[in-house]
Amino acid sequence: MGEMIVVNDLVKNYGEFCAVNHVSFSVPEGVIFGFLGPNGAGKTTTIKMLTTVLDPTSGSIRVNGHDPTREQKKVRQSFGIVFQDPSLDDELTAYENMDLHGVLYGVPRGERHKRIDLLIDLVGLGERKKDFVKTFSGGMKRRLEVARALLHKPRILFLDEPTIGLDPQTRNHIWGYIQQLSKTEGVTVFFTTHYMDEADRVANDVAVIDHGKIVAQGSPAALKEQAQCANLEDAFIALTGHAIREEEANAVDRMRQFGRAWRGGGRR
Amino acid sequence: MRAIYILCVRQLKRYVRSPSRIIGSLGQPVLFLVALGFGMKAMFARAGGGNYINFLSPGIVSMAILFNAVFSGIEILWDRQFGFLKETLVAPVSRFEIVLGRMLGGAIVAFAQGLVVFVICLIAGFRVVRSPYVPLAIFFMFMIALLFAGLGTVFGSVLQDMQGFPLIMNFLIMPLFFFSGAIFTAAGLPHVLTLLLRLNPLSYGVDGLRGALINQFAFGLTTDLAVVTILTAVLLGIGSYFFSKIQL
Repeated sequence: MGEMIVVNDLVKNYGEFCAVNHVSFSVPEGVIFGFLGPNGAGKTTTIKMLTTVLDPTSGSIRVNGHDPTREQKKVRQSFGIVFQDPSLDDELTAYENMDLHGVLYGVPRGERHKRIDLLIDLVGLGERKKDFVKTFSGGMKRRLEVARALLHKPRILFLDEPTIGLDPQTRNHIWGYIQQLSKTEGVTVFFTTHYMDEADRVANDVAVIDHGKIVAQGSPAALKEQAQCANLEDAFIALTGHAIREEEANAVDRMRQFGRAWRGGGRR
Repeated sequence: MRAIYILCVRQLKRYVRSPSRIIGSLGQPVLFLVALGFGMKAMFARAGGGNYINFLSPGIVSMAILFNAVFSGIEILWDRQFGFLKETLVAPVSRFEIVLGRMLGGAIVAFAQGLVVFVICLIAGFRVVRSPYVPLAIFFMFMIALLFAGLGTVFGSVLQDMQGFPLIMNFLIMPLFFFSGAIFTAAGLPHVLTLLLRLNPLSYGVDGLRGALINQFAFGLTTDLAVVTILTAVLLGIGSYFFSKIQL
């Protein structure tokens, strides 16, 4: 099987600060790939570059054989993404959110309706498809986002901390759906997470990034072997150290804070 | 094309489903219509200006369109906060289509609010003097909506959070309304006000709308048409440009 993602000598500088520092890795087709690292290690920056929303300073990327900086549309058509924060329209129904996505991605009407019904049932939201998303719990929203990301039959599914803030039951459910869908849809999965037990359980391959550099790469078993640790969490800490990383709040975080104060009640 | 269409549909659905927003944004125009319209009516007539409700109504309709159109652009900020913006920005469609869909959807919503206010004005006693020109009035209403949806898009794209919103409301949108000739005639003003009126894009929209409805022009139909059409094109362009610069 071929390589679905190939990253070669990737660099991203923000002024003096180097967020991603000469990173190289590849993800074979069909695997579930965990991209791990402490806060501010460069995970989200890397995902942004892979998904065409940020241009690298230097280095090369191939996603499904295409260059995200030059063949934006082809790359965008190749992947589905579940962002770290929700990205649904609360004032539309579950079905309408799916339908809007299908239209944006040019899925023909007949096929679109069939696939929406299929996927929405698969993530267990068949009964609620006509309900407004604002009535959904955090876990339901996540499931809907996973279903939506797969609607246009992408070859790769990006998941940026897909289970953050969810209870263990919901987390298990979501990973169940993702594993099942990756099999039935034959889709390559690229995910980030802070839950090392999850990565250990579901990932075929992982890479650990810290301070913008890949510090370890291989199967979870190989990583534990390399760090001489019994579980992946200990191996992760052995590889990345104990220091706590601080991240500055960006504009969206500030906005969210303001919105919470203004509208009353947060999300999730 | 499909992106433009579906994003318009989305905005219309959100509009129709939110009666509180529809009624809420009627508050200010109706307040102005009642307080100014009936309050100044006698004085305006005594000064030889004629029927003030007839003079004021096109201005109040423009006001409703202005506020709603600018707000539709500012909604980009909410979509950013609630994450929906990302969903559209990674889709395999150009940003130009996305922003065009947003501006068009916002303009249609603002136009619809303008129609509602127009009906309220009719109830308050407004009478169309030149009924064959109603299509021209509708054209002006829609152009005002598009123009200020473009302006709102600039703010929605440039602002990082809602902190700047009151600033824009108080120092730009309210002055745009007050110095547009919506509530007073352009004749006999101090020089500074005449200048402000001339520089204000809304003046030409209000004048065109008023001219079409009650045949009272300050600048003339040709000037109004030319200025409004050109400025709309320019602002749609500027709005698209700033939207294309949004970083996720």
